Amino acid sequence: MATQTIQRKDPSPVVRQPNRSSKLKQLGHSKALIIMCLPAIAFFVIFSYCPLPGTWIAFTNYNFRDGIFGSPFVGLRNFEFLVKSGQLWLLTRNTLLYNLAFIVIGNILQIALAVMLNEIRAKYFKKISQAIMFLPYFISVVLIGVIAFNVLNYDTGALNTLIKETGGDPIKIYSMAGIWPIIIIICQLWQSTGYGSIVYFAAIMGIDDSMFEAAAIDGATAWQRIRYIILPSLKPTFIILLLFAMGGIMRGNFGLFWNLVGNNATLFNTTDIIETSVYRMIMSQNNFTSSTAVGLYQSLFGFALVMTCNWIVRRINSDYALF
Amino acid sequence: MTLATSQAKPAEKRTKPSATKIKLDRSDIVLRGISYFFVTLFTVFCALPFVLILSASFSEESRIMRDGFSLFPQGFTFTAYEYIFRYPRVIIGSYVVTIVMTAAGTALGLFIIAMTGYALQRRDFFLRNQISFFIYFTTLFSAGLAPTYIWIARYLNLRGSYLAVFLQLLMTPWLIILMKNFARSVPYEVIESGKVDGAGDFRIFAQLVLPMLKPALATIGLFLALGYWNEWYLSSLYLGSTVEFKPLQYYLYNIINTANALKNSMAGANVTITQLPSNTLKMASAVVATGPIIFLYPFVQKYFVTGITVGAVKG
Repeated sequence: MATQTIQRKDPSPVVRQPNRSSKLKQLGHSKALIIMCLPAIAFFVIFSYCPLPGTWIAFTNYNFRDGIFGSPFVGLRNFEFLVKSGQLWLLTRNTLLYNLAFIVIGNILQIALAVMLNEIRAKYFKKISQAIMFLPYFISVVLIGVIAFNVLNYDTGALNTLIKETGGDPIKIYSMAGIWPIIIIICQLWQSTGYGSIVYFAAIMGIDDSMFEAAAIDGATAWQRIRYIILPSLKPTFIILLLFAMGGIMRGNFGLFWNLVGNNATLFNTTDIIETSVYRMIMSQNNFTSSTAVGLYQSLFGFALVMTCNWIVRRINSDYALF
Repeated sequence: MTLATSQAKPAEKRTKPSATKIKLDRSDIVLRGISYFFVTLFTVFCALPFVLILSASFSEESRIMRDGFSLFPQGFTFTAYEYIFRYPRVIIGSYVVTIVMTAAGTALGLFIIAMTGYALQRRDFFLRNQISFFIYFTTLFSAGLAPTYIWIARYLNLRGSYLAVFLQLLMTPWLIILMKNFARSVPYEVIESGKVDGAGDFRIFAQLVLPMLKPALATIGLFLALGYWNEWYLSSLYLGSTVEFKPLQYYLYNIINTANALKNSMAGANVTITQLPSNTLKMASAVVATGPIIFLYPFVQKYFVTGITVGAVKG
């Protein structure tokens, strides 16, 4: 962010002197602008910064009566417990693997869809199909839970209806942990692919027409057009989206997982991610110590990952760095 | 990557393809065939679940119990909808809560985000980078759910208050960055001309800049509206069962997940839970709760593509 703005030429250079009177002058000068930022600053102070000291709970044996800083200090014992029980490893594994799958499969499908949409010439066909592809993005994850219930439940599910009609035996999907990664990935892709493809589609639209014309004159086939013109020009978009996604790789899509799986413990081994686990600890066990510990671990791990990624990217090509 | 705005422009222009002038290669025809096939397939895949829910909501409960859900309505009846609207108090209350929150939250959030985004891209604003980082940092490191929950529920005392939901959805760092990127496209000369005419910073913003940010306002407004309309998570944390009228999606969430919610929402219906057509009721509730938000899209479509393109590129 910062690097980009600095490169810009300042049309009204303010003479910067390090003395106090000029600082004060600047302050008076930008009074209105500061006031305009105040509501947002207040918002982030209240809802993002004020809870930060609360992470201290991770190191205490928190109880409601003594409060955050009055509860007894227990050092790293909360973390120790999470590591020893194997829970932290399971949650980390699931969260990372799901996000990797979402990112890799998601981007491949989005690019493929964008390339194919670009081939479609019928105007109304394109408009209508695009509008329908966006629909899933507009609905709440609760509705996705309803859809999953409609399709997958044992007694009346549409899938079992189909199986019964073709003479097979209905299956108890809600107790088969093994296939839930596939179901969750399909649901995630169903909701986000149409929407995600717009960015790539716009990038393809931005390619200079003369490139395609030159390729056609040289007798390039459609495959060559894709391979040598379209895909290379999607590379910057791809890398930027990838980096953004890497920043959130430790954060799960809570709503989706919760509405699909909920409190169904038979599926936890393959479906429990950090968010769902934390939510359950708070809502059904009133366990604030472990949930804070897991949350803090998630934040620190995520922070370290973003920093490392950004550092590596900055060394390779600083244009792509996030900050 | 600030070329985003210029990228989206040719989107409309290039429907007449340059390639058709030159004769089509065989590979072009094959690719086009594949494209039509898969795009159709994916479109159908996206639409099918909606058809499933709709047809289930018009089905007869007894036939659902016997044959299960399917793509076509099993019989055709409005029974489920009649149940919902026979004692409409709860559902109408939920609608009012959701609509008020969505409208007020979108308007207020949009105003604050626009103001902040505008101020943060002003090159002559000396605190610009510091404030930007202050906001951006919250995406890098956060306290996590438990401390936030304790802070809001215990210290701010917002448990059971709609404010806990309303306030937290007002803005996100990402939306502010998006607005900032949009606001960059406003030429500095516009601001300068305002200054020359003696307008204050706030007046320049409200009268000169804001009208130029229409696509941004439409896009970000849509994101905010979706956030409010589809909200169920914060409600489940902070409202729970303390309020009579739950936001729509949380109302739906309860109907799907707890057997009693279905009966309670039909308050006054003198029936036992087994008498309720629960399967079709769930589906009809889903249709009612999703409702109008789906129809919002065509109104903002024009700006939306530009919007997310700008947003996806560098913040």
